Amino acid sequence: MKLIMDTANHIAGEAAKAARAEVVAAYPITPQTTVVEYIQKLISNGEFDADFICVESEHSAMAATIGASATGVRTFTATSSHGLLYMHEMLHWAALARLPIVMVNINRTIGPGWNIWADHQDSMAQRDTGWLQFHCGSNQEVFDTVIQSYKIAEAEEIQLPIMVNFDAFILSHTSMPVSIPDQPVIDKFLPKRKPVWKLDSSDPLTHGNIIPPDPYLEIRKSMQESQDKARDLIRTTAEEWKKLTGFWHGGTVEEYRAEDADLVVLAMGTLGSEAKVAVDRLRKERIKAGVFRIRSFRPFPIDEIKKLSEETKLVVVDKALSFGGEGVLYSEVKSALYGRKNEIFGWIAGLGGKDVSWQDLVQMVKAVKDGKAKPVNWQKGGKGAITGFI
Amino acid sequence: MPLRDLSKEELYLPGSAACAGCGDGIALRIALKALGKDTIFTVPACCTSVIESSYPNTSFGIPVMNIAFAASAACASGIRAGLRRQGKETQVVVWAGDGATYDIGVASLSGAWERETDFLYICYNNQMYSNTGIQRSGATPFGAWTTTTWKGKEESEKDMIAIAMAHHLPYIATATIGYPEDLHRKVQKAKSIPGPKYIEILSPCPPGWRYDMSKTVEMSKLSIATGVWALLEVEEGNITFNGRSKAILEGKIKPKPVEDWLSGQGRFAHLFKPKRDEERIKKFEEIIDQKWQRHREGKL
Repeated sequence: MKLIMDTANHIAGEAAKAARAEVVAAYPITPQTTVVEYIQKLISNGEFDADFICVESEHSAMAATIGASATGVRTFTATSSHGLLYMHEMLHWAALARLPIVMVNINRTIGPGWNIWADHQDSMAQRDTGWLQFHCGSNQEVFDTVIQSYKIAEAEEIQLPIMVNFDAFILSHTSMPVSIPDQPVIDKFLPKRKPVWKLDSSDPLTHGNIIPPDPYLEIRKSMQESQDKARDLIRTTAEEWKKLTGFWHGGTVEEYRAEDADLVVLAMGTLGSEAKVAVDRLRKERIKAGVFRIRSFRPFPIDEIKKLSEETKLVVVDKALSFGGEGVLYSEVKSALYGRKNEIFGWIAGLGGKDVSWQDLVQMVKAVKDGKAKPVNWQKGGKGAITGFI
Repeated sequence: MPLRDLSKEELYLPGSAACAGCGDGIALRIALKALGKDTIFTVPACCTSVIESSYPNTSFGIPVMNIAFAASAACASGIRAGLRRQGKETQVVVWAGDGATYDIGVASLSGAWERETDFLYICYNNQMYSNTGIQRSGATPFGAWTTTTWKGKEESEKDMIAIAMAHHLPYIATATIGYPEDLHRKVQKAKSIPGPKYIEILSPCPPGWRYDMSKTVEMSKLSIATGVWALLEVEEGNITFNGRSKAILEGKIKPKPVEDWLSGQGRFAHLFKPKRDEERIKKFEEIIDQKWQRHREGKL
């Protein structure tokens, strides 16, 4: 095990190398660029044995990744924001083709106006593509999640692509200490990919031709079944990794001081990490708060959320919004708890990279506790402070 | 190689879903005889994605990866990289219509050419979006009726061969299904050259061009005889004409009147009925004349 100090973007590159990805196709976009640069440098220096395809767009990045993955090799790519949106068609294609591609997406908001800071609008807009979608709260988690993702994606019963998300700049360009396990440990955990199907001229098959409605519906159903099966596999894979390396970030959810909590904050990515700080402060004030940091947005951790007592009040903080609807995570949580008595409050916060500090989160929880929160609330005001609710 | 000596192995299998008289079907059969079994196709949305027939059947004896409309050349780059990792030298071939090539996929095609991906891109050009119901593409000629040019297209087609040449490809060729030996030779030649190759096959389409399905080969040959289409190869930037096109270029034979080609197709009927549209017929002839004038100067 070696301890290094680096940004999440470089750590993502290290993870692709450690996973022995064989083909990497990527196109640069802020703030993902240093992933691409780092990987290309590693490959040029002979430190990373892979083919790098420098494509002319993100649509082509995913198309090339699909082509390579279809030959049976392990593949990696990275993108962000508009790049992810430009890939959208190919994201569907990768999932329906049942290709276990792993991609990191650095969560960045959408223009116009141009804004390069973190929110989750980009990945939430890919909710229905069939990809598993994980969200990380630290650089160590980025490394561990990329490695674990290959194992989950390539499992025979899953065979779906995985998007590993982390927040622009808050993690992508922030150095943190990360422990990299020895390569033999990683190789043992993650053996060479065994493709379920592949393009091979000695065994010709036609993939993706016209399909009538009946088998099409079955194929979609089997994708859903794989997503459902992944819930257990995400947890057992994380447990296996913990045994080998000692690192643990939770299964589909990272639960923090939630067991006896009257109020639980649900959030994703670094906002979930920040919520842990808020909860520690609240606990000092004898307010029994806890955190559910959602690690796996797809599949959504319905059973874990259902374990919460019906008396628990939920504070769902969204960094994305479904216009004309509500916060994306807020909707998911309400849907998971359908028919139960829990009171559920939602905040739209941090859009376009607006800072959401632990102080903000403390105030959100207190607003719920004091009966001042509406079902749907918006972060307001300057300097990260909540000055009121809409 | 005479037709009778071509491989007897059929990799374009019987029972495909092609229209009767489909030019693409002929192109597939001949090209696959030249390419052989150690070939992987990637096919964007186009007539071929229908001709493949529907799951769980296939009309191909080689692996085929269907891919989104704009994505085939990028997919080929990925397939090539994946095969390279495994030490395989399988031919990677994109088989795409003119809509995917000239229009929606031109960025990914340009990218793959610039990256010098080792693959063969074959565009079977039927001069329209036939599969979606005969809409105008960047390859549709001046004056042609389509379902998005009801009174005839007002612009000429773009010059895809010139675009290919601007990428300095080691091999570029045109062909048409009426001359299968020529098509076979060009595909075989492309197969022997490493790097990115481009072949464009003029592929007449009975429902789109509006002629009787029995006349596809005739229509293909007439395209050459009238000079509307030319058989050529480009190697290291040098353009050489072959077959009847060479004879036309050298003035050894006189091209048939362009009007013969136009009047045989229902998509140009409005140029002749209810009354003759002298102006547009003349303009079409001028477009072809100017093209041959450029050819005589060694240009496209």
